[in-house]
Amino acid sequence: MSIEEKVTSIIVDQLGVEKDKVKPEASFVDDLGADSMDVVELVMAFEDNFSVQIPDQEENNIRTVQDAIDFIKENQKA
Amino acid sequence: MRKVVVTGLGVVSPLGVGIEKNWNSILNSISGIDHIKAIPTESLDVKIAGEVTDFAIDDWVPKKEQKKTGRFIHLALASAKQAIESSGLDFEKEEGLRERTGTLIGVGIGSLRIIEENAVRLHNEVKRLSPFFIPAVIANSASGQVSIKWGLKGPNFSTVSACASGAHAIGESSRWIREGICDVCISGGAESVISALAFQGFHAMRALSTRNDEPKKASRPWDKDRDGFILSEGSAVLVLEEEQRAKKRNAPIYAELVGYGASSDAHHIAAPEPEGKGASLAMEQALKSAGVAKEEVNYINAHGTSTPAGDVAEAKAISSVFKDHSQKLWVSSTKSMTGHTLGAAGAIESVISIFSLRHQMAPPTINLDNPDNEYNLDFVPHKAREGKLNIVLNNSFGFGGTNACLLFKKYS
Repeated sequence: MSIEEKVTSIIVDQLGVEKDKVKPEASFVDDLGADSMDVVELVMAFEDNFSVQIPDQEENNIRTVQDAIDFIKENQKA
Repeated sequence: MRKVVVTGLGVVSPLGVGIEKNWNSILNSISGIDHIKAIPTESLDVKIAGEVTDFAIDDWVPKKEQKKTGRFIHLALASAKQAIESSGLDFEKEEGLRERTGTLIGVGIGSLRIIEENAVRLHNEVKRLSPFFIPAVIANSASGQVSIKWGLKGPNFSTVSACASGAHAIGESSRWIREGICDVCISGGAESVISALAFQGFHAMRALSTRNDEPKKASRPWDKDRDGFILSEGSAVLVLEEEQRAKKRNAPIYAELVGYGASSDAHHIAAPEPEGKGASLAMEQALKSAGVAKEEVNYINAHGTSTPAGDVAEAKAISSVFKDHSQKLWVSSTKSMTGHTLGAAGAIESVISIFSLRHQMAPPTINLDNPDNEYNLDFVPHKAREGKLNIVLNNSFGFGGTNACLLFKKYS
């Protein structure tokens, strides 16, 4: 499973949204119905699934599906 | 004076999901106790419990909410849904109803299992906990989630009084209706603490039965061989409604809630006052608040948890309150079948009490093979019994020396 597919599947599971709504530009809060607590939990799920550390200050920069994918790719490379 | 009637009922217990399954099990003397399935039991001293095994969570709780809420909240949402549907109330259509509807669901503890999981996670793996950890475990989240789901804007909190939580919730919210604070209340109890913390914690108090080889025989109120209560999970919700309003909308009226009494033992944090004085006071207050004579009570759905001390104290209290009439009325403990659902017990047993009135049948005390019956009460052993039931008393007593009694009357 690619990073994109895995991120999508985590979002579908965590936020209970339809898969086709999880587009790269979709905002967790504005488009996918998440509240601030949902975003914290989503970030934790990314950490668990991709073995990355997402510092609290970085959390605010992860607003869309693409933001999450980019962060994971960069940090897995490093 | 404003009267309070019950216009909706819902229940989830070890006897099943829904009123019909519960009532059928009771009429057939079926125990809901079994070996624990939800958690590993190798390291536990107690290996039996009353779990809700036929609960299809997707039918009751949206997927997204499931992980954010403790199981006691899932069970509360399920029984609230049943109760609201059976009442025929339509919060969408009836303008202003949401503002006139309160929510009061008693919970004795909250989600010990999620507390345990998060404590382990915190100490063993990571510092970060889910933001939903706290709202998933705190007791008043059951009321909170129910009020959110149906948009109910009246008073909303939880009574936390151990094994009397559900009875206190129903009693206190009936006063909201009597006093005009609201016209409708979603009231009841919920509990699910199935976890190593709970079993080992209650076992440390020597409160639980360790009859691990015979789960169906373990809950045996007033039997000489009883050795403690069975930890169970469940929930029940009643829709309480002001009588005139209910009549005007042709609501189904299942019973009238005529009396409520509450008291304290002021004695010990866990043991009952041996003379049952606190329990007596609560029963007397319930009768007084209803203006009902003790001779009018036909059946008592007792607290009867199957502990050596508690059962005797309650029998003594019943004998001292009802005097000669204690020899005529019927007393049974449906915990012999459901086990002890702690904060849900008073609510589940209210539903059962109301069904006894509706069907004119007193539930049995099962497993009562050798009665320990100093006060010569009729415990309705083994089999349900048909009879003329007009007024039913429901007793609930909790750790901390807290007592709550509810009095239901057949509605005609």
